[in-house]
Parts: sequence; structure tokens; C-alpha cells
Amino acid sequence: MFDNLSGRLDAVFKKLKGHGKLTEKNIEEGLKEVRMALLEADVHYKVAKQFIAGVKDRALGQEVMKSLTPGQQVVKIVNDELTELMGSSHEALNLEGTKPVSVMMIGLQGAGKTTTAGKLAIYLRKKGEKPYLVPADVYRPAAIDQLKKLGQQLEIPVYPSETNMDPVDICRKAQVAAQKAGCNTLLIDTAGRLHIDEELMGELLRIRDVVKPSDILLIADAMTGQDAVNIAKSFDDALNIGGVILSKMDGDARGGAALSIKSITGKPIKFIGVGEKLNELEPFHPDRMASSILGM
Amino acid sequence: RGKRKIDDDLLEEIEELLITSDMGVQTSIDLMDKIKKQSSKISNAHDLKNIIKSEIYNLMNTDQYINEPPLSKPHVIMVVGVNGVGKTTTIGKLAAKLKNDNKKVLIAAADTFRAAAVEQISLWSQKAGADIVKHRENADPAAVAYDGIEAAIARGKDYVIIDTAGRLHTKVNLMEELKKIKRAMGKAMADAPHEILLVLDATTGQNALSQARLFHEAIGITGIALTKLDGTAKGGVVISICNTFEIPLKYIGVGEKIDDLQIFDPKKFIDALFA
Ligand SMILES: Nc1nc2c(ncn2[C@@H]2O[C@H](COP(=O)(O)OP(=O)(O)OP(=O)(O)O)[C@@H](O)[C@H]2O)c(=O)[nH]1
Ligand SMILES: Nc1nc2c(ncn2[C@@H]2O[C@H](COP(=O)(O)OP(=O)(O)OP(=O)(O)O)[C@@H](O)[C@H]2O)c(=O)[nH]1
Ligand SMILES: [K+]
Ligand SMILES: [Mg+2]
Ligand SMILES: [Mg+2]
Repeated sequence: MFDNLSGRLDAVFKKLKGHGKLTEKNIEEGLKEVRMALLEADVHYKVAKQFIAGVKDRALGQEVMKSLTPGQQVVKIVNDELTELMGSSHEALNLEGTKPVSVMMIGLQGAGKTTTAGKLAIYLRKKGEKPYLVPADVYRPAAIDQLKKLGQQLEIPVYPSETNMDPVDICRKAQVAAQKAGCNTLLIDTAGRLHIDEELMGELLRIRDVVKPSDILLIADAMTGQDAVNIAKSFDDALNIGGVILSKMDGDARGGAALSIKSITGKPIKFIGVGEKLNELEPFHPDRMASSILGM
Repeated sequence: RGKRKIDDDLLEEIEELLITSDMGVQTSIDLMDKIKKQSSKISNAHDLKNIIKSEIYNLMNTDQYINEPPLSKPHVIMVVGVNGVGKTTTIGKLAAKLKNDNKKVLIAAADTFRAAAVEQISLWSQKAGADIVKHRENADPAAVAYDGIEAAIARGKDYVIIDTAGRLHTKVNLMEELKKIKRAMGKAMADAPHEILLVLDATTGQNALSQARLFHEAIGITGIALTKLDGTAKGGVVISICNTFEIPLKYIGVGEKIDDLQIFDPKKFIDALFA
């Protein structure tokens, strides 16, 4: 078995002697392998189907470049297309508006919201901003403590939330407190919730309407499977997210969820999380993501 | 006449259903092949679904799911998994379940790494009415596990459940640490741990296979808990995992509340794939 997609494709194309045009028939054979690779990487079934159709149109009739085998040529087309879909340049956080501005972390349970809030706090401080951490998860045991500890470690101020407070109230009061503390950017850590939980999705809307955030970030786990499309679509439909941060990219997940999320929401992936430590946040690179999805 | 041919549209629909439930391409293809071989027996979509269901049932090796009574006192359960899957929460729920059966439970807070992990498991132990053994933050997790078992023996507990820090299966040093924690348990009590529960998140896709493989290779998994099945993800990847590694799925998590843990029921689980 060829693990590598190029190798798999070369095996498919070995019947195609020498170099020539990519024809409908040989392209189709090759794209079956590409489809397998995408599905193995957790790209959503429908997203993979659509993607393959696009690549086929683009590849049809192309001359095979002298320097490449037909397999390599298809991989190149697939890789280019994937990179382009994933977004071309790095998109920063949106911090526009009257200060202090707010950025909301939202997402499923355990995705990495609290940790990412801490990571963004360091990132912003390095850029000369004055971040302020806001624990708005009053439900999960010790969730507030977790963010308070991160704030202590980083020496970044944290709003003194209590579990008996209302999350919307916390955010409203935190805006005032942040200003008093001389901070210009609130990083709001919300509780993990299911995209189908109407009550808690409603709470996010109320927070949004009160704080009018400059950015809303969906924190998504890089290991997410086929459900990524449902999750991303629900959060985006409800809140109109500004972008995505893909956490836990430091493992061996191929990260097909990135393609699913990007193609279903059209929203940019702004950063990736590459570790548990608070300096382990990196800008998103579409080309690297494409290679990872293709297993190369 | 009378026999509806299973057409390509129907087959594609089934393939989509299998793959979108995270069953994996290879497993889905294998299942589709098995179905096609039996196509003479299949006359309609309903039969087709039933045949797939029984094939999946076979894949999951469900005959090994008989719950044996605990042989040791205390019975030591080590809980492991990647970051954020629901280990700590599952321990809280499991402790409560055991307490309901009038068992005496002690929890060892061996995640000394993540911020406020000790506070989190302490709150769960209070809710569940279980004792807790904890050290200060950044203490040696192996020492916590050792002390937990020792305390449980001294206090005549029936169960010890050990929480560990989340770790990606690919991080060699962290997997070594897990082996060390396991060895420490063996020093506190000859055959401990008696169970090693791997927690998997139903939202996870094909990476769960790699998680199961590497955790199993490192410390030997004896059971799986699949969490977050209350969402829209189906958790189909566990089918390949149970089949490949012959590890039983024991519990499912269906929410964040203390009673949101259920004993795995293969029929219900497989029905939900097609719901
Ligand atoms: N390896 C790795 N672990 C991460 C990363 N980001 C977060 N984590 C870990 O994932 C786990 C969950 O992270 P949290 O920040 O608590 O996630 P959350 O979304 O706030 O979780 P809830 O508030 O319970 O919904 C913790 O163990 C984190 O240390 C990452 O990029 N890489
Ligand atoms: N909806 C739902 N949420 C769950 C379930 N089990 C756990 N959670 C939530 O998932 C998040 C992570 O759970 P934890 O128990 O902290 O996970 P963990 O594996 O101990 O995390 P780390 O120790 O950081 O690796 C929390 O917000 C839990 O409330 C479940 O079955 N359903
Ligand atoms: K579900
Ligand atoms: Mg959190
Ligand atoms: Mg934990």
C-alpha cells in the first residue's frame, strides 16, 4: 500500500505511458484516490464530492508537464486548489471599533476556548495591546478558576467572575472594569456548548448584543470528524462568526475539518493551536494545511 | 417482478450515511461490499438497513461486553485520553454511578498539570460523594496515583478512579509519563490498575483510531468511554476501534450532568447511526 498520495496516484496512472494529456478517464481514476485521501482526513463527504468535481474541471485537458509524472501533476492541481480554497493570506484578528473592543471565544465543549483565550492574551500583549480576560463560563466546574490561573501565570488582569453571576452581566460589567484597568481588548471565554442547545446558543446571542464584539472566534478541534460542517454552520448561522481557530494541531490529525469548516462558512482560519502551553499559537498557513490534509 | 432492485442512488445514500457517521472509508467500503454480496437476499431499503446493522453489530465484537464483577478490593480504574475529551467529567459521573450502587469510591487527582484541573475534579468528587486524594499543582502524578491507592486500601474503599492529564498520543514523553503512573500503581497494589479506560470524544473523526492504537500500545486499554453523544456526531469511528483492537466500548456520555453516563448498549448505539 502506498501511504503517500503521489505514490498512490502514480500507481493509478502507470498505465498512462510517457507524458500526455490528462483525459476524462484517467483523471477519474486518479481522483478516486484523492477522494479517499480527503475522506480519510475527515473532509466532509459532500465537501469532498464538490471539491473533486471542481478539480476535475480544472485538470481536464491539461498537458502533463515535462518535469512531472501524471500522478504528480494531479497532486499539484489538487494541492493548488486546496491551498486556494483554504484562504490565501493570513488574516489577523479584527480589533476595530471604540476601545475597549471585545473578542468572543465560542465552540463545543473541550475544544480549547479557555486555553486559546490565554494564548491570544500573550499574542496581543506582544503586539502592544492591553488584553483583559473575561471568564464567562459559570457552568463547568472550575472553569472560572482555570482562566484566573492562566491570568495569574501571565500577569494579565482577569475579571473576578463568580459562578452565581449571569454570563451576560459578567460581560457587561467586564467592559467597564477593563476600561478602568486601562485595558483595550476583552477576551471573553464562553462556556462550551452544543450547537443544537437552543438555550445556550441564545445566551451567546445575548452576550454578542451587549458587548458588540469586534471579532467572534469559533474554536474548533483539529481532530473533529464529519460533524464539523454541522457545528460550523450552526455557530456561523447563529452568530456570524469572524473566523476560526483550529486547536490541537500538534498531534497527527490530518485536519480535514479545516476544509469542511472553510467551505461551509467561508470564514478564514486565523490561527492554529499547536500545544497546551500558552505560547503555542501560530498563524494559519493554507499551504501547510493542504499538505496535511493530503497526507503529505 | 416485485423485487425492487437496489439502485445506485440507494447505495450512494447508504455510503454517505456510513461515512458521515465517521465510520471511515475502509470500513464503509468493506460493509458496502458485504451488502452487495448479499444483494439477492435484500429486497428493499428496510432489509438493507437491517443487514448493515447486523454486520456492524458483528464488527463491534459485542459478545465480550458482559460486565464482570470486580475481583479486587479496591478495584483500580485509570482514566486516560487526549485533551478535552471528557475524562474528568466521566470520572465524576462514574463515581456517582458507583456511589448509587452503594460502593465506596476514592478519586486520585493525578492531573497536576492543567490549570485548575485539581479544583475541577475536587468539585466533581464533592458532587459524587467520593473521597479525593490530591497533591499540590505540578506535583508528580505517579505519586498522586500511588497515594490514592494506598489511601483507598487503608480506608477500605471499593473503587479508586485515577484522573490523568489530557495528552496527545503522539507525544512520546507524555506517554512515557503515563507508563510511569501505571507502574506506580502496581507498586501500591500488586495487580493495579485493573482497568484502563480510554475516553474518546464522539465528535472526533478518524484520528480516534490513532489515539486508540498509541494508547493501547503504551499502556494496554481495557475499555472505552465514548463521550458527547448528545450532540449530532455519531461516533462511528469506535466501530473500527472495537473491531481492530478488540477493546469493548463500556460507557457513553450523553451530557454534562452527573447522571449523563450510560452503560453502552450496542443495539441503541447502532440504531442511532441510522436515526
Ligand atoms: N495539545 C494541545 N492541547 C490543547 C490545545 N489547546 C487546548 N488544549 C488542551 O485541550 C484541553 C481543553 O482545553 P480548554 O481550553 O479547557 O477547552 P475549552 O474549550 O475551554 O473547554 P470547556 O470550557 O470545557 O468547553 C486542555 O487540556 C488544554 O490544555 C492545543 O493546541 N494543543
Ligand atoms: N455535551 C457533553 N459534554 C461533555 C460530555 N462529557 C464531558 N463534556 C464536557 O466536555 C468538556 C471537557 O470535559 P473534561 O472532563 O474537562 O475533559 P478532560 O478530558 O478531563 O479534559 P483535560 O483534562 O483538559 O484533557 C467539559 O466542558 C465537559 O462538561 C458529554 O458527554 N456531553
Ligand atoms: K449524537
Ligand atoms: Mg473553557
Ligand atoms: Mg481533565
